[in-house]
Amino acid sequence: MNCIIVDDEKMARVIIKTLCNEISSLSIVDEFSNAIQAIKFLNENEIDLIFLDIHMPDFNGLDFIRSLKNPPKIILTTSDPKFAIEAFEYDFIVDYLLKPIELPRFKKAIDKAEKKEVSKTNASSNTSTSKEIDNDFYVNIDRRLIKIDLPSIYLIEAKGDYIKIKTEDKDYTVHSTLKKIEEKLPDSLFLKVHRSYIINVKKIIDIEDNSVLIKRDVIPVSRSKRPELMKRLDLL
Amino acid sequence: MEKPNLEYINQLARGDQSIKNELIDVIKTEFPEEKKDYYNRLENKEYKKIEENVHKIKHKISILGLEKSYEIANKFEHNLRELNLKGKEDFDKILKAISDYIDTI
Repeated sequence: MNCIIVDDEKMARVIIKTLCNEISSLSIVDEFSNAIQAIKFLNENEIDLIFLDIHMPDFNGLDFIRSLKNPPKIILTTSDPKFAIEAFEYDFIVDYLLKPIELPRFKKAIDKAEKKEVSKTNASSNTSTSKEIDNDFYVNIDRRLIKIDLPSIYLIEAKGDYIKIKTEDKDYTVHSTLKKIEEKLPDSLFLKVHRSYIINVKKIIDIEDNSVLIKRDVIPVSRSKRPELMKRLDLL
Repeated sequence: MEKPNLEYINQLARGDQSIKNELIDVIKTEFPEEKKDYYNRLENKEYKKIEENVHKIKHKISILGLEKSYEIANKFEHNLRELNLKGKEDFDKILKAISDYIDTI
């Protein structure tokens, strides 16, 4: 199993790495001292298991769990069992380990994680959960993760190394690319109409020649994207 | 007062001196930083941050086999949550004991 460690304390990370070295089926791919870095990594990498500290400053383990779209199996590590109880409502939480972690107890948790493989696959195919999660996503702005409801977005604009996400309430500037965010957006709602613009097709007010009006923004539509846009519209 | 020991670290290293050294190095580097941070936060009475410092240090206390001290730290952490510094003197004694001990390892 490919694993990552998320813990703000170096000593804890070193101990988990040492314990992992005792088990040949485990491979530590990376380690993170804060949850936000780990979320970024998980957006781009597939992982089987996370060793997650619950008690971390600013963005704790529970916030981290709630922000995961397709959570892998998680073993919680904590000095305080009461923090682990809340997390156990999630079925991808395999076990929790009290610090300082000892090898026999660690092996037991890994056994549980290995056995959980089948049920985890079944759980992830449960579409009712994933649909609910897909209604929003989190963006990283100044080391804070901010939740954005997808239907509230009407326009996303590329601005160099950043993208500007415009919603009904607020605009957000995020360090990312249009390509990356496009992968997270449902096709039913969003369309890339130009190399610099993704629009929410439900928010179009009118279309004229090679542009669309969304709120007060006039957005150019590439010639190649026009047929797709017309197909999406419910024309009378 | 109970004395810190390397029983847990020895158990973890299972005779591998390089692992033992690595673990000791991390304690020797991380603990003084955490202690310094704790006193800085204390000066500014940043209770939430002090609590976070105590929580982190608690792990080192347990690694060094200080069971009673761990309970003292636990109570202090709880008091800090209620913006109360009761237990600070005892906690400070634990920090001193650990500092003295890591100078010898």
